[in-house]
Amino acid sequence: MDIAEVSRNTKFLINGVPFAVEDVKFVKPGKGRAMYYLKLRNLFDGTTRDQTYHSSDKVEEVHVSSNEMQYLYKEGDQYVFMDNENFEQHHVPKEMLGTKSQFLKEGLVATVSVMEGRILEVIIPKFVELAVVKGAASSKSDTITAQSKMVELETGVALAVPAFVKEGDVLKVDTRTSSYVERVSPKR
Amino acid sequence: MAEDESLRLSRIKANLERRALIYDVIRAFFRSEGFLEVETPLLVPTVAPEKYITPFTVNGWFLSTSPEMHMKRLLAAGYSKIFQICHSFRKSERGQLHNPEFTMMEWYRVGSDYMGIMQDTEWLICTLANKLCSGSTIRYQGKNIDLTPTWPRVTVRDAFLRSAGWDPFTRLDEERFEVDLVEKVIPSFDAGRPTVLLDYPVAMASLARLRPGSPPVAERAEVFIGGLELANAYSELNDAAEQEKRFKQEIETLKREGKRSVVMPEKFLECLPDLPECGGIALGIDRLAMLFCDAASIDEVIAFPWDVV
Repeated sequence: MDIAEVSRNTKFLINGVPFAVEDVKFVKPGKGRAMYYLKLRNLFDGTTRDQTYHSSDKVEEVHVSSNEMQYLYKEGDQYVFMDNENFEQHHVPKEMLGTKSQFLKEGLVATVSVMEGRILEVIIPKFVELAVVKGAASSKSDTITAQSKMVELETGVALAVPAFVKEGDVLKVDTRTSSYVERVSPKR
Repeated sequence: MAEDESLRLSRIKANLERRALIYDVIRAFFRSEGFLEVETPLLVPTVAPEKYITPFTVNGWFLSTSPEMHMKRLLAAGYSKIFQICHSFRKSERGQLHNPEFTMMEWYRVGSDYMGIMQDTEWLICTLANKLCSGSTIRYQGKNIDLTPTWPRVTVRDAFLRSAGWDPFTRLDEERFEVDLVEKVIPSFDAGRPTVLLDYPVAMASLARLRPGSPPVAERAEVFIGGLELANAYSELNDAAEQEKRFKQEIETLKREGKRSVVMPEKFLECLPDLPECGGIALGIDRLAMLFCDAASIDEVIAFPWDVV
């Protein structure tokens, strides 16, 4: 692929490692060659780097697909997902998921980027709905402010919620910030 | 996600109004200087062979990359002061300061040279500042810029020696030239004043006349204001043999690199013996509008940039 075709979110390989283009700055002095100042994100380890290319440089295209996958269960430090298209199962290490792992509930559908059978990234929905399994602990240390308290959700994660939330309530949670959004249903 | 079209268009409306005002001032300026506004074809059978400018192809012809060759044919036929505002097209040029279809203004003055054209430029920009900003100082991206003539001039040699530590006239490394120009030389210019960078190495002359000397220099000047490369002026080359030689080199390079095959612009070369001594310039109107609208991106001064056409 010619460097001129590269834009934000284009993915290509450098020495076999896939990178996603986060930003392109195109600079072309007068009658001179174009320069492309790229900000790249390593899709294996998430690190970023800057790289400059010149007009007519070529980069190695890579095919990354986005597949819908359903979370099945946890096996040791691995999280098992099933591809909704071909029912193949994939093991995702805990480190790749980071804080997302605490919102994985059986049946949750995530968007998974896959390069040649290898999982690069798991994107979970921005909002998930989870039930409260353990209500407020009454000890003072668990109280963040007068209006909020900590509860435990069905995936085991602890969350700060308003005082009115009770055991059994289903909550909408923002997975990007790990924060309470609203109560979806009162006690069932 | 792309911004809603009507939202975007209403957001940049003030810029487009200002842009229209810029056209009014430019036209009045050149009329008062006795210039004739001309129009030349946008759909052309040949473009000037240049390594780093790629034209769009239309049924074997091209969208014009610059009106320069046709304007010089007018000059060769006896027109002495002409200007034009037109769209030009350059493939793959897209960025904060580039749109593949952009607006170019060129003017030519017979009996003048690149320094005479620099004076025209200074007066034109000052007139614009007076009419649009009622003064000779404009504010661009958080900095005041004093546009009062005469603008500081620096030769390519001095600028490179000072900011990049090497002399492009002793041994020209074109790739390093461009990188250092962008990363070292341009950032070193006084942000509070325009800068005229002039006298280029012979290998970068393009359509400019050479001034003999030791070393010889190409009489070419570029104008930078607020970090924007605004215009490129030449003492125009009218030596047909020399021009043909330069075009041949470019054509050879393009062929060797397998980029494209290029047809020699014969009609243009034929007119050159009749081209009188003159100076000329190409000025980017979109960037001029950016400057006077305090816009950081070309997308703020164009109603329909490339990606949303």
